[in-house]
Amino acid sequence: MPDLIAKSALQGQSVTIGGVTLAEAAPGPITSIALYPGGGKAVAKGLKPLGLTFPAPNSFNEKKGARIFWTGRDQAFLTGALPPVLEGAALTDQSDGWTALALEGPLATEALARLVPMDLRLTAFPVGRVCRTQVNHMNAIVLRIGPYAIELMVFRSMARTAWHEIQTTLEQISEHARVKP
Amino acid sequence: MRIDGKGLIDRTKKLRFRFDGREYAGYKGDTLASALLANDVRLVGRSFKYHRPRGVLTAGSEEPNALVEVLGPKNQTPNVRATVQEVFEGLDTQSQNRIGSLRFDLLSVNDLLSPFLSAGFYYKTFMWPRAFWEGLYEPIIRRAAGLGSLSGKPDEGIYEKAFAFCDVLVIGSGPAGLMAALTAGRAGADVILAEESHALGGRLLSDGGMIGGASAADWVASVAAELRAMANVRIMTRTTVTGAYDHGTYGALERVGLHKPARPNLPRECFWRIVAPHAVLASGALERPIAFPDNDRPGIMMASAVRTYLNRYGVSTGKRVTLFANTDAARGVARDLMAAGVSVAAIIDPRPDASTVEDCPVHLGAEVVGSRGRRGLSAISVRKGAEIFEVETDCLAMSGGWNPTLHLTCHMNGRPRWSEDLAAFVPVEGAVPGLVAVGAANGSMSTHGALATGHAAAQGMVEALGRKITVALPEAEDAPYAIKALWQVEGKGRATERAWLDFANDVTTKDVKLSAQEGYASVELMKRYTTQGMAPDQGKLSNVAALAILADATGRGIAETGTTVYRPPYTPVSIAAMGAGGRGEGFAPKRFLTSDQASRDRGAPMIEAGLWYRPSYFPKPGETTWREACDREVMMVRQAVGVADVSTLGKIDIQGPDAGRFLDFVYTNTFSNLAVGRVRYGVMLREDGLVLDDGTSARLGAGHYLMTTTTAAAGLVMRHLDFVHQAFCADWQVRFISVTEAWAQFAVAGPKARALVNSFVETPVDLPFMGVAPVRVGGVEGRLFRISFSGEEGYEIAVPTRYGETLFRDLVARAETMGGGPYGMEALNVLRIEKGFITHAEIHGRISAHDIGMEKMVSAKKDCIGKVAATRPGLWGPEREQLVGLKAEGPISAGAHLFVPGAEVHRETDQGYVTSVGFSPTVGAWLGLGFLKDGRARHGERVRLVDHLRGLDVLCEVCNPVFHDPEGEKLRA
Repeated sequence: MPDLIAKSALQGQSVTIGGVTLAEAAPGPITSIALYPGGGKAVAKGLKPLGLTFPAPNSFNEKKGARIFWTGRDQAFLTGALPPVLEGAALTDQSDGWTALALEGPLATEALARLVPMDLRLTAFPVGRVCRTQVNHMNAIVLRIGPYAIELMVFRSMARTAWHEIQTTLEQISEHARVKP
Repeated sequence: MRIDGKGLIDRTKKLRFRFDGREYAGYKGDTLASALLANDVRLVGRSFKYHRPRGVLTAGSEEPNALVEVLGPKNQTPNVRATVQEVFEGLDTQSQNRIGSLRFDLLSVNDLLSPFLSAGFYYKTFMWPRAFWEGLYEPIIRRAAGLGSLSGKPDEGIYEKAFAFCDVLVIGSGPAGLMAALTAGRAGADVILAEESHALGGRLLSDGGMIGGASAADWVASVAAELRAMANVRIMTRTTVTGAYDHGTYGALERVGLHKPARPNLPRECFWRIVAPHAVLASGALERPIAFPDNDRPGIMMASAVRTYLNRYGVSTGKRVTLFANTDAARGVARDLMAAGVSVAAIIDPRPDASTVEDCPVHLGAEVVGSRGRRGLSAISVRKGAEIFEVETDCLAMSGGWNPTLHLTCHMNGRPRWSEDLAAFVPVEGAVPGLVAVGAANGSMSTHGALATGHAAAQGMVEALGRKITVALPEAEDAPYAIKALWQVEGKGRATERAWLDFANDVTTKDVKLSAQEGYASVELMKRYTTQGMAPDQGKLSNVAALAILADATGRGIAETGTTVYRPPYTPVSIAAMGAGGRGEGFAPKRFLTSDQASRDRGAPMIEAGLWYRPSYFPKPGETTWREACDREVMMVRQAVGVADVSTLGKIDIQGPDAGRFLDFVYTNTFSNLAVGRVRYGVMLREDGLVLDDGTSARLGAGHYLMTTTTAAAGLVMRHLDFVHQAFCADWQVRFISVTEAWAQFAVAGPKARALVNSFVETPVDLPFMGVAPVRVGGVEGRLFRISFSGEEGYEIAVPTRYGETLFRDLVARAETMGGGPYGMEALNVLRIEKGFITHAEIHGRISAHDIGMEKMVSAKKDCIGKVAATRPGLWGPEREQLVGLKAEGPISAGAHLFVPGAEVHRETDQGYVTSVGFSPTVGAWLGLGFLKDGRARHGERVRLVDHLRGLDVLCEVCNPVFHDPEGEKLRA
């Protein structure tokens, strides 16, 4: 009988460059919840015990470590909690499909401005907002966790590329920031 | 030379730099041009065609003459404008476009030949003999033409590209731009202020004056300080907005590190895409030269540049300066020079009624008609009435008026309007949605005009954003812009006289007249005939004058003649900046398997499949070629057991009461009747009836399927499913999502596969062929499939990806104890060719189900995507090229074409082609899969395989594509 060891894509590593910390996050279980036609009511009922509501497009809500965020038409990801029994939706375990990266620091959005073609100003993308977009060439989910905190999710197989690109960008923008006007 | 007490340079910071191998000193705040002028270097380049000696003409990015090469440790950057490049310690530069030294350029012989080299010369001369063009003329012309040169090595420099968003983008930081930024900034709008130079202020830094009772410099400093303190204002210096695009998007190039010695991680440039609903174009105006004979000598400069060098850099561009100008504003140059103690030899003003208040000789109604000086100006000829006299001078400041810098307003096909009052083109309102031109860019030439229009535009934008602000307008000069247009000066009538328009491309007034004379009278044709405006400066100084002369030569007005189109970019943008991060492996993301490290540990070379990296083969000691490893791995699977990572295959989780119905609709065959716990092979068609993909789908529960796709087609199939769902059956109770990344999946194949599988699952499973069951492996929930892509008894074990690496290492170790081991893509490919299994090498997009012998899989009982289209004539029947196996003694190749032996080999006799090949150690021959006309009826025939590319010409036997175990007994064992 083999002894299977669980490994994350980036072994939980973290690095701080120019005041910005990039770290592999551990969001816990990830479950996609895809509403069937007419399934909204049943899902709302099922989510109630968790204190969550099915999120509107481009938004998320959270309660006691559980978070639910919009990921597409009639689709959301539940993280940080095992899914309740839900009528009216297809549930799929996505826990191992994604790598989550936390980016925190005053220059976090400045770094992402090099990789993400979205308006990430706090006014346009406030806390509680999520979007499906790209990190350079990679499909990604971007969440605004705090004024200076962003969480990104990319396909697990691309985690090393995502890490490399964000780290390189951090190194460059911290040099860029040192250039006096 | 430097003038004490003048300029905004930091005289405490002396910097050494090199130009053409000689060391010079400059100060922090200098451009290369100002530092060279301070060192009395007047000759800085050679012209494009005639190799005429050229000096610095301007003080901005419009510079046509002073283009140099900057030498870096890793780069050689050509065509750098010395007027833009800032001096830093160790800056190394050289002149370009010369053979020999800059002073004695051998190609200056072209200038003597100039009577023969006028516009259209190439078109007329190099037409015959035709064959000489490629071999002789073009290489010579290429050697002589062109400007700077590259290092010939890849550019290893670091570049960035970035996105920015704001409410108001202000382009330019002169009085108009600063006033606009201040107004929008105080109102709380998000403002980006982009300034091409390293300092804010624009012409105020050069022209001085008073604003709101303070000196212009103090006003700039106080506004800059206020803007810097605002969190909602982002100041981007050294940033040129290069283009205006759709939906309020602007391109901009920031010179991030070009003014500093290279250091690790410091980008050279950043290419910005700025999105702004509102933009203020406060880009000012460009002063234009006057075309008089020999107006291109080093020492002849734009008047505004002379003033900039004096007031901003503390450099006098001559000892005895003359001014030739047709506006009142230009007189300020002479006043500033005299105040700084520089002698002004004369002011030459073509306007008979202009003022003569300056304290130097002023000649009204006069024109400069010629110049002298071999490598630099020594004297000018002046004509006043009938009299011609010489004035000794080493610097002539000329000004023919100003052209608003309206380029961006034309980037979305807007055409500017001719203003008779200003003798210039001015922007048309609304040419770029959301962009408002202000100040000199809009023809408001006074400081007051700039402040007022900048303020008004920003005020309008602020209100549109739903904000309110009152900003008082400071007082400033509002002198009228009195101009009498002067484009060219007739010389003394000598045939050799040339008056330059486009200094960069050596276009003279004569060339433009010749163009009109030879029938190229439209402005677009003139431009192409003469190359006017086609140099790196894109005719910033010369286009308007050239078309004024064309208008004159054709007897039309300027408005009627029209202008050429200004296109982005406004200044050159390096491709490296636009493609930042994309060099080498930055081109695409890399996808890694959980077994990646384990495979590399075993020395496996990795190959790309889609974006995935997969092991090619696993070399063993003593094996010298990949073939040896591949043959061994194939026999290992056939005789014992092999393990391969197949996680890259696309996996799509499909759920819902209508899931089976949905699969029936996308697959040609039926899946709704598949029993739970069973797997079925399926083929999917595109709308046009050709094969999209194939793969297996497993039924995990009543309303739960798992579809697998080909590795490289995973995204394609997902997109197809989404389309079908959204377009045709959005109301069905079905949902699907990719789980490709969620599962690590390993193939275990070979006669000992079952023994290996049973050694690690918690409870032994007795799965039938094409069965699926949940299993537990080391306490982890997994899935076991009994499917085979090798032709042997085969299983695929899937576990959550986090356990992939340890499971792979464990499986391989177990396999090795049984005489097996890992196998790579090469062996996987040979195994499936032996079995006649297809991949996208076969179903490449032009293949019908009939072609691969799967027409019977198109169910007659139901509809499916592509079903009707697949029955179109031409997609089935004996005239189609059909899948066959090929067998040969020696090597054959994929990509080869098939012919009837004895027939001629050409396109019309082509019978088909080969898609996959490999040496089969099982069969002991080379095997291939290919498509042959009516191939299924031709088993047993011999065909001739020809590959011109690899020089192969081989006879092959046509056979059933399934070479190994055609009855499938091993699979079902």
